[in-house]
Amino acid sequence: MPTQRIFAAGGTGPVPRGCMHTMTSPYVIATLLFYAASLALYIWNLREPSRAAGVGATSCLVAGLCLHYLALLARSRLIHAVPYDDLFGSLSLFAWLLAATYLCLEAIHRRRAVGPFVLPIVLVVFLLAHLPEARPVKAPPAQGPLFAFHVTLNILAYSAFAISFVLSVIFLVQNRRLRDHKLGIVGWRFPALDVLERMTRSSVLIGCVSLAAGMTAGLIWAHRLEGQYWDGDPKVIVTVMILVVYVGYTLLSRTAAWRGARASALCIFNFLFVVFSYSIVNRYLSHFHRYF
Amino acid sequence: MEIVLIGLNHRTASVDLRERVAFTPEQAREAAEQLRSRGILEESLVFSTCNRSELYGVPRENATDSAGALELFVASFHQLSLNELDGSLYRHRDSHAVRHLFRVAAGLDSMLLGEAEILGQVRDAYQIALDRGETGPVLNRMFQAALEVGKRVRSETELSTRPMSVAFSGVKLAERIFGKLNNHRALIVGAGATSEQVVRHLCDRGIKQLRVVNRTPEHAVDLAARFGGEVVPWENLAAALDWPDLIVTSASVREPILTRGIIERAMAARGNRAMLLIDLGVPRNVAADAADIYNTYLYNIDDLSEIVEQNKKARVAEIPRAEAIVDEQIEKFLHWQAGVAAAVVLGDLRKKLAAEREAFVQERLASMSHLSGEDRAQISAMLQEILDRVILTPAERMRGIPELRRKLQNFEAIRDLFRLDREKP
Repeated sequence: MPTQRIFAAGGTGPVPRGCMHTMTSPYVIATLLFYAASLALYIWNLREPSRAAGVGATSCLVAGLCLHYLALLARSRLIHAVPYDDLFGSLSLFAWLLAATYLCLEAIHRRRAVGPFVLPIVLVVFLLAHLPEARPVKAPPAQGPLFAFHVTLNILAYSAFAISFVLSVIFLVQNRRLRDHKLGIVGWRFPALDVLERMTRSSVLIGCVSLAAGMTAGLIWAHRLEGQYWDGDPKVIVTVMILVVYVGYTLLSRTAAWRGARASALCIFNFLFVVFSYSIVNRYLSHFHRYF
Repeated sequence: MEIVLIGLNHRTASVDLRERVAFTPEQAREAAEQLRSRGILEESLVFSTCNRSELYGVPRENATDSAGALELFVASFHQLSLNELDGSLYRHRDSHAVRHLFRVAAGLDSMLLGEAEILGQVRDAYQIALDRGETGPVLNRMFQAALEVGKRVRSETELSTRPMSVAFSGVKLAERIFGKLNNHRALIVGAGATSEQVVRHLCDRGIKQLRVVNRTPEHAVDLAARFGGEVVPWENLAAALDWPDLIVTSASVREPILTRGIIERAMAARGNRAMLLIDLGVPRNVAADAADIYNTYLYNIDDLSEIVEQNKKARVAEIPRAEAIVDEQIEKFLHWQAGVAAAVVLGDLRKKLAAEREAFVQERLASMSHLSGEDRAQISAMLQEILDRVILTPAERMRGIPELRRKLQNFEAIRDLFRLDREKP
């Protein structure tokens, strides 16, 4: 059995005894409320589009993001480490980046119809991250901007892939409805198939670039620390696989045989690798990486 | 500040009568001018479209039966007898007239529910009247509010967004697949009336390029020339299919001219990029099994008709939301109107009390010869001060509290109470 060598960035101050339930934090409660309000307004806007509901949904999301940032900060102070130092902190950061990436996408494409499908993921992940008690961690040896860069970029990549997953699901549903002539009332409110395809490609591109940059930063950091780039950790292999399958998607989605629904199905399939990496690999297989 | 409206529309009058009562732009200007010069109205606006002719106005103060006078005017202007108009004209006053205009601007009173053009027509009619100085503060405010209602209803509800014709439904479907059409190309097969409608909508939505193919080349040339398209010879139809993203067919044929094989070859040649086929022909121009080809979307006339039916129901479902916007804007307008009326009445009241004070001082001080000029001036100033306190405090409250203005909507009661009209200073 490999030696457990866990590295994380973080503080070096004294480790407080005991633990604390973060769900009682006012920032967490307020974030939850704003995310929930945002979701409700996005759904309302999809059912009965109105400027008030749309602007309200986006405003609540922005407020939720600000409060979520404060919640992350509070959590870091509590456990004396950066937010991604344990699985739950990393999940919380993932939820924050997912919401932020979606907000950027909404601002660029000026479409709110995808919000009702992204916000539930943000809410569930945020809840999962903050339900358990936050335990202070031991002072870790891994720290510095390069390491922080590595982790944040990798989590950003996963958020972008999560968005592309949601967009691909919407594409497949919308495509099926258009082919079956069953667009219904809500079907007219979703972005055009072409727009969904472009949004998916941009998300995947953001994910690939972030992942490549994050991996590079991680390899350099590992070399500085241990004198070698890789010591056989399965997490690295799985992450390279994720990069390969998403680059594959980017190339295939423009070919005659794959463009359209097939590319979207491929994008959905690719996201299984991300889920696998985030769950099984993080929890049971990796001996070098912890929760990112 | 009475508002009066008379008019007729597609619900109240036959097309024959509507034609006779319609105002050309020249006539509308002339009528509005006459209404003011004859002293019937202080502010006037004539609004006439193919489905309605309406006269909006603010009558002179103390005018009686302005609506009757307007009816007489319409009859004489169009050389009709009152009997011919009987039962076809509707009359509305004040808030009812405002509601009517707001509903018209919202598209709620149109023959085609949620019609988009009506808002532009209201805007044009108002702009012309404004430029000619025919409107005043009341009609200006009323028409500006109506334009806001129209805009809000179109942006906050789906009353006008859903296509209500087969041709427009096809174009909107294309937008569900391709997004904006300014980067896409269309091929029109057949140059009949339906094709022309589709082409018109495609051009309105900014289609990048257009080609027309027809058995009779002259018709294709004519249609292409009118909309800036190119003509493709009928013999080259199959070869031209890899070029467009959208194909609209309405040719008169016995068998489908676009078979599965032909479409498959076209799709292969265009690298499987998505293609929308809108088949408006009966018998159908495109083989039904072409719908199974990867990345093609095939809609025939029945599919589009079904979409139109669904959209009609969806528009009807939007009526309560549009009516709520109308109600909200009427409330705002009435608040404004009450505020203006309050200011006018209070101004008149102040003038009347000042005159009363002057008469009172003259009468009572005449017998007090022992008072100096300075004393007399002081007494007069004190009386003025007490009157100002009595009047100014409620006036300030009236200006500041809309709820109070709403409660006191009928300012005519105050006018009558103080006999402001009979004894104007």
